[in-house]
Amino acid sequence: MPEDDEDQSPPSDLRSQPPCSPNKSRNCISSSSSQTFPDHVLENVLENVLQFLDSRCDRNAASLVCKLWWKVEGLTRSEVFIGNCYALSPARLTQRFKRVRSLLLKGKPRFADFNLMPPDWGANFAPWVSTMAKAYPWLEKVDLKRMFVTDDDLALLAESFPGFKELVLVCCEGFGTSGIAVVANKCRKLKVLDLIESEVTDDEVDWVSCFPEDVTCLESLAFDCVEAPINFKALEGLVGRSPSLRKLRLNRFVSLEELRRLLLLGAPQLTSLGTGSFSRGDQSDEQGPPDYAAAFRACKSVVCLSGFRELMPEYLPAILPVCANLTSLNFSYANISPDMFKPIIHSCHKLQIFWALDSICDEGLQAVAATCKELRELRIFPFDPREDSEGPVSELGLQAISEGCRKLESLLYFCQRMTNAALIAMSHNCPELTVFRLCIMGRHRPDHVTGKAMDEGFGAIVKNCKKLTRLAVSGLLTDQAFRYMGEYGKLIRTLSVAFAGDSDMALRHVLEGCPRLQKLEIRDSPFGDVALRSGMHRYYNMRFVWMSACSLSMGCCKDVARAMPNLVVEVIGSDDDDENREFVDTLYMYRSLDGPRKDAPQFVTIL
Amino acid sequence: MDEFVNLKETELRLGLPGTDNVSEEIERVSCNKRALQGDTENETESSMMKMETCPPRKAQIVGWPPVRSSRKNIIQTKKNESDSEGGRGVYVKVSMDGAPYLRKIDLSCYKGYKELLKALEIMFNFSVGEYFEREGYKGSDFVPTYEDKDGDWMLIGDVPWEMFVCTCKRLRIMKGSEAKGLGCGV
Repeated sequence: MPEDDEDQSPPSDLRSQPPCSPNKSRNCISSSSSQTFPDHVLENVLENVLQFLDSRCDRNAASLVCKLWWKVEGLTRSEVFIGNCYALSPARLTQRFKRVRSLLLKGKPRFADFNLMPPDWGANFAPWVSTMAKAYPWLEKVDLKRMFVTDDDLALLAESFPGFKELVLVCCEGFGTSGIAVVANKCRKLKVLDLIESEVTDDEVDWVSCFPEDVTCLESLAFDCVEAPINFKALEGLVGRSPSLRKLRLNRFVSLEELRRLLLLGAPQLTSLGTGSFSRGDQSDEQGPPDYAAAFRACKSVVCLSGFRELMPEYLPAILPVCANLTSLNFSYANISPDMFKPIIHSCHKLQIFWALDSICDEGLQAVAATCKELRELRIFPFDPREDSEGPVSELGLQAISEGCRKLESLLYFCQRMTNAALIAMSHNCPELTVFRLCIMGRHRPDHVTGKAMDEGFGAIVKNCKKLTRLAVSGLLTDQAFRYMGEYGKLIRTLSVAFAGDSDMALRHVLEGCPRLQKLEIRDSPFGDVALRSGMHRYYNMRFVWMSACSLSMGCCKDVARAMPNLVVEVIGSDDDDENREFVDTLYMYRSLDGPRKDAPQFVTIL
Repeated sequence: MDEFVNLKETELRLGLPGTDNVSEEIERVSCNKRALQGDTENETESSMMKMETCPPRKAQIVGWPPVRSSRKNIIQTKKNESDSEGGRGVYVKVSMDGAPYLRKIDLSCYKGYKELLKALEIMFNFSVGEYFEREGYKGSDFVPTYEDKDGDWMLIGDVPWEMFVCTCKRLRIMKGSEAKGLGCGV
């Protein structure tokens, strides 16, 4: 399943000048060797060796050895990861790496997903695709997250890269079904077309019919986020002529009956299935209700199941035949009650990834805890995402999960009430936790049993979960919680804070205590200039810092910008009457090798 | 519109946050202006302080809880369908002349014009003046207007509240001379 960027490595060294002095370049083989090999031989040897290096981390390290290694690594890197599209220009990419076949590019910061950033902020794919069109004609794979991609960009992509194989767009926007149609039509070697949680405008184009008419190379097709009807007959034809298709994620415009037909067509090969709406129109059943379970019985290889976008609960038992094989189940778009849920989960012994709405209640979570002993990742989303809604899940569900699912590594949990005790228990029961994101939806809400702040609970998490790399906090939190984070959160790379803390000291604890911190996003917390200044020794080593609705003054932001020339300091969303505002609305700052961007809109001020 | 003085905002009460029933729309919780001395030992005391400095609870904050709109929208549709009240979740965009971007509010959170206007004043940091049935809004450069289902721009407050909630498509706070053109009872 999508979502999340657990990139492990420090940034690639993209400086145009290699770091080491020239006289080291010949010492690669042996300093005492009597033979001195000419550079090009050394290069060839190195090339042949370095091409086996896959890991980004290893490659970054290798590139720092000496000038020669830096150069050869640049020639042999075929997969490039860029965590912030504004950290460098496309020209620098193509200068440094000559033979890129795959690009992973990320744009907007995550808080943009929650309307905290105006639209048209940037992160345009256009300059990247046009530069790469000339530099990398052999490009095969593009994976974008939170980028603004237009139909023209997609058309250029489809035209420029004849061997193009994989397009993955996660949380992107700016394009429509017409752009998809061009990709479908022109990329004849396309294996993967995954549109995940992206906003796709309905241009009323029948993109499914645009795939070429012969047998396709398609292995994965995901369009569950596309809010537009599709030509089902064309889809049936497409599935029928795609023998390599393993992953298919349908949108809500595909009914249960249509799903059934598709499954009978191509089910045995499918490993991952997104079921579409999972409901049917008012059709009369001439010979009794159709046997949907039979269609699922045909899905012998399905291990990943999602969809259920408009679930009719009485049909849910149809999936029972596949439950025993499932390693990943996503019910997060389905309002399922505990009674509907329990018989299903009871069979899912192999489940490792489970996403659901809180409609399954604490009772449902207890059922998960009882059955899913292999669970690695759990995400519980709120059915009613408002601060004052009723919360069907609480510390009871979390406690149960911590006791039953000891291998848990990643948690995202929305609730209305929580206790420190449950967090402390989880910190002891689940030592493998690397991602802990708890969202107590009522702001500043304390432990609902003791009335105390949530400091001790989160403190226990950072202290006992020694592998923790990502943390999101919520509820009533004082500076003490942040003291714990600074003291124990030595591996934390991503930290999300909202409505928490009492003073600048809280942020200082984190900036001074968390050496691996890369991504810091803070909103509505009382952190000001003193705190911002205290982190100046860190900002060049971080990917970005986001602070909105805090207590930062424009003066301080300007000071930081002046003191750190390779840091781009953006102030977003100030009104016309600038002078009247005491505090900056939103600060978004990030390191950059190529200075401030030229495409900033009017409401962004780059200091 | 009936005039009544709303004392609830300045009322000091004991109680945990979330128990206040006044519904109000604010852009940001101004809790960063809190001045707590040392560790908070007495929870009720601190929650009292919060209620002093921060507007009452049950406010719909932008982007909170942090759930992506693709998840919210789908669930909202289901809720509207199953909800017998029908008036829940009436989201309209609000723009103000001169402000860089739009806000979205839920009209069903408010019981009447007074609450709505108060919320808008706080959200956009302006003052709306006083409403007169014949002359419209006086005492301010800003005039709150809305576009109804027929596409006409009307003055907020002219029609009964329930009718307004049903017919309002979006709000716009006009500034200056443009606003003069909108009288009342067109």
